[in-house]
Amino acid sequence: MPLREMSSSIANTGASKDTNTGGPIIEFRDVSYAAGNDGERLILDGISLAIHRGETVVLLGKSGAGKTSLLKLINRLQVPTRGEVLVAGRATAAWDVIRLRRGIGYVIQDVGLFPHFDVARNVTLVPSLENWPKDREESRYNEVMQLVGLDPREYAGRLPHQLSGGQRQRVGVARALAADPPILLMDEPFGALDPVTRADLQREFRELARRLAKTIVLVTHDLREALLLGSRIVLIDEGRVVADASVEEFPRLPRPLVQKYVASVQLTVPHA
Amino acid sequence: MKYGQFFWNHRAEILQATQQHLVLVLASMLIAVAICVPLGMWIVGRPRLQSIALGFANIFQTIPSLALFGFLIPIPFIGGIGARTAIVALVLYAMLPILRNTCVGLNGIDPVVLEAAEAMGMTDRQVLLRVRLPLARSIILAGIRTSTVITIGVATIAAAIGAGGLGTYIFRGVAMVDTAVILAGAVPAALLALAADSLLGLLERRLKVA
Repeated sequence: MPLREMSSSIANTGASKDTNTGGPIIEFRDVSYAAGNDGERLILDGISLAIHRGETVVLLGKSGAGKTSLLKLINRLQVPTRGEVLVAGRATAAWDVIRLRRGIGYVIQDVGLFPHFDVARNVTLVPSLENWPKDREESRYNEVMQLVGLDPREYAGRLPHQLSGGQRQRVGVARALAADPPILLMDEPFGALDPVTRADLQREFRELARRLAKTIVLVTHDLREALLLGSRIVLIDEGRVVADASVEEFPRLPRPLVQKYVASVQLTVPHA
Repeated sequence: MKYGQFFWNHRAEILQATQQHLVLVLASMLIAVAICVPLGMWIVGRPRLQSIALGFANIFQTIPSLALFGFLIPIPFIGGIGARTAIVALVLYAMLPILRNTCVGLNGIDPVVLEAAEAMGMTDRQVLLRVRLPLARSIILAGIRTSTVITIGVATIAAAIGAGGLGTYIFRGVAMVDTAVILAGAVPAALLALAADSLLGLLERRLKVA
């Protein structure tokens, strides 16, 4: 089963010999990324960053700061112009891209559910691409739907357009978790939801993330969300890392931009 | 009343001409679909090839249909007098709406859905067959529908190169300046077009993804 091999090759990096033993699961080595026709627009400029197993790293920044590009470099939706991105110790360019992606869950703001598939087919897409046996696929479907708080039976036959925004995003998270990937990438996952639904999902997701012990990289422009969900916050501005600290330390960093964020959410910092 | 009388007296021949007409249309449409849908799938995401193919299909559409039939007659193998030449001409004529709609449909998929498909590790082929094609099918069918209606009309001209069909009555009626004879060809052709249009329209709505 290709995915199993792949997942285990991401998951067991520490034990395998051909990769950097015990090293970070995701690593950016002096990565630059330029977009545009002749790469004239520099999006990311010399990023070096190591993400370790089990961390929930929040990439915080304004829109256009380059955080989404940073995320897409991990599952090779984009390739670096300079430097390299390593996943499980291997450069993404050296990965079989299909295997790389099937071992990385991906959740985006607009969800991107397949409008012609019902919820069950949407959720079990990667398992079915991996030719899981039907019964295993089914039990996994039930499992992940319960994880995201949706009744598996009730929703199985529904089409995406019959769901509310919050339900769609839950299905999106279930779909990303279906093949049990060791890494989860999330781009403004709760950004399109109304404040009440967003707060519910954030709270639930925090619990879920704790239980799953996956490596999560989450993009947001909202410091409140970053503090709630992250274990570590990396502040990106104009394509560079300007701050990188644990959730506890981050609000106290004396950097002007960090303090701007803190002020913007009118946050009272505990024990400051 | 005289029209009805003519119809009734010639009902067997008119029915036979209608059958011939249907065979011409069905054969042409099957071939056109078999060429254009795979061609559209192949050229999607290849903008240069796409504009070449669409330009090519467009050329035939600009040739007056009677002239197109005439041009084909002297060409060896595909030309000559009869149904085969007529089908070739009808196929060339039917291509543009099908090809154009196939391209528009396959290219018009929500980029967010495509990004999700790619990020989940679907191969290009899987994206095409499992995502693009099912989501484009009602638009492709709309092209087939347009094409079918046009072909039913254009196929009346096939009689001019000896391919038979309902056009036989129309040409004969024009030559005889006899409205009843013209109508014996024109009315069944119009009814066929209406029937095909509503039938395919029904199917199109059923295939539509909400």
